[in-house]
Amino acid sequence: MTAQIILSAKGVVKDLGHGAGMVRALKGVSLTLNAGELTLLMGPSGSGKTTLLSILGCILTPTLGNVTVGGESVKGLGPEGLADLRRRHIGFVFQSYNLFPTLNALENVRLALDVRGMHRQEAHVRAEKALRDVGLSHRLRNYPRNLSGGEQQRVAVARALAGTPSVILADEPTAALDSENGQAVMALLSQLAKDKSRAVLAVTHDSRTIPFADRIVRIEDGLIVGEERRTESRENISKIDVTRKRKAHV
Amino acid sequence: MVLTLALRNLFHDRIRLIVTLVGILFSIVLVAVQLGLYLGAKRMIVDMIDNAKGDIWITAFGAKSFEEGGVILTPRERHAALATPGVKAVVPLVVSFAEWRKPGGGSTNSVLVGTDPEDGGLKPWGVVEGEAASMAAPDAVLVDRSYLTDLGITGMGATAQIEQGRVRVRALTDGIRSFTQAPYVFTTANRARALLGIPRENSTFFLVQLQPRANIEAVRADLKSRLSGTEVLTKTEFRNRSLDQWLFSTGAGVALIGGAILGLIVGIVIVAQTLYSSTKDHLNEFATLRALGSSSGYIIKVILAQAAFSAILGYILGMSIAMVVVAFSVQTALPILMTPALAVFLFAITFGMCAISAVSAIVKVTKIDPAMVFSR
Repeated sequence: MTAQIILSAKGVVKDLGHGAGMVRALKGVSLTLNAGELTLLMGPSGSGKTTLLSILGCILTPTLGNVTVGGESVKGLGPEGLADLRRRHIGFVFQSYNLFPTLNALENVRLALDVRGMHRQEAHVRAEKALRDVGLSHRLRNYPRNLSGGEQQRVAVARALAGTPSVILADEPTAALDSENGQAVMALLSQLAKDKSRAVLAVTHDSRTIPFADRIVRIEDGLIVGEERRTESRENISKIDVTRKRKAHV
Repeated sequence: MVLTLALRNLFHDRIRLIVTLVGILFSIVLVAVQLGLYLGAKRMIVDMIDNAKGDIWITAFGAKSFEEGGVILTPRERHAALATPGVKAVVPLVVSFAEWRKPGGGSTNSVLVGTDPEDGGLKPWGVVEGEAASMAAPDAVLVDRSYLTDLGITGMGATAQIEQGRVRVRALTDGIRSFTQAPYVFTTANRARALLGIPRENSTFFLVQLQPRANIEAVRADLKSRLSGTEVLTKTEFRNRSLDQWLFSTGAGVALIGGAILGLIVGIVIVAQTLYSSTKDHLNEFATLRALGSSSGYIIKVILAQAAFSAILGYILGMSIAMVVVAFSVQTALPILMTPALAVFLFAITFGMCAISAVSAIVKVTKIDPAMVFSR
């Protein structure tokens, strides 16, 4: 059975900067994110991971090529159109959690629902459930400063999860965490990816995250250079499909 | 959550909040005092005209204000006015600056108001000691008790001299203030003429009272045609002329309004600066909001809510202090007037000021690149 494609990028080129300072950060990237999969995007610094994440997350638009999320293209969308697309389809988990320090855990999650225009009562119930799902039902009223790094990242995951997005994009979700907390967060993302209506992509440097992945996409110098699909058992890495792609510079 | 986030952002940095509130407070107090002084001055200038019972004022040509009536009108004008259809009564008023010689030595300027209360034209109000009718007693004058020190007297029964004539204080009023700082001194029209050396029957103004259902414009036109060398003004026109003279020709009103505008500008600058720096500090949070899919309208609402909370808190504090200042000014020669309309106006301009102040912060957030959440 073919997996449902949730997000698709085709021939994405991205130029950053202007004039003499212009840099081609992505040189023709094609990638799909499938429902029920946790994909890792790995690559060295400056390889274009974050730029690709920004484009897949509808924060940036490609210079060339196209991205579709849930069947909707980003082509021709302005900042508000992109925000609308993000609101309806995408949840983010950031490296530094990006929680609001003045809001407690529950409020942080509720905020993500409030920007979606959800009714206060419903948002409260959904936020509570999301935090329960990430094992933080006992920390609802705690402010970020009173939470450990792992707990903060779990709040961030709950925030991404609460809006029931079809794609969760995580930017170095374990980078600021110790090994134990990093493993816990990856286990959580892996679990979320089991939902057959959702795809999860994590950008990472951390090789310890590999066991949690269904698929590993490698990027170098603005190009996808490899893709490893793993067996159903996430504990043992066995490459069943390794494709090394070298595309000509666009 | 907009309000929660706005409040938390606002209270997150207490020092900045205090600076913002002090800015608004300072601005509100300054504007309240300046506009209150303006209103107080306005009331003082027109109090006599407002309390006079007359629809039309006949003045000498070029009369500048109630205190500066100019050339004296004669009985001829009065009789011509009385003969005009629609006119019920023509009440003479004698008004002029006069020298008040203090019993203990020295002198001060006063405004002598000669009026016969029984004519129903201008009657002293706010009498707190003695009676207005006692003005008819020999040498009697009425003064406001707030000017006793300025006039060099202690109270009821005190004697002094106006120009060359002796006068005795027979009653005291409260609340009749003079914008010119020359205290009003009430006496009868005839005594005023005598003290000022004006021929009997001559007057400074004629206060025209109309018969019921008389058309004021028609009577006015008729009076104009009958009275050459005089001006025939409605009450409103005479009020405006007096206000123009004291507030704008002298520059006093301009100074007060200028002070109020300065207060507003100071408030706007302080609030704008603090809102902008607060927004800058929370830029990463706003970028996160944007990355989470919030519209720019949502973020603008947060900033405007911050501005609104600042406005409400600043207004409450500012008005509390302004009311204390107002209370202290009541017994002074230049009372500050706080009316419900002024309070509402101040609330509106506080909001307006904070909304204007939010513009720079709003411009900043609308330029946020949500991609900055990845570069942290």
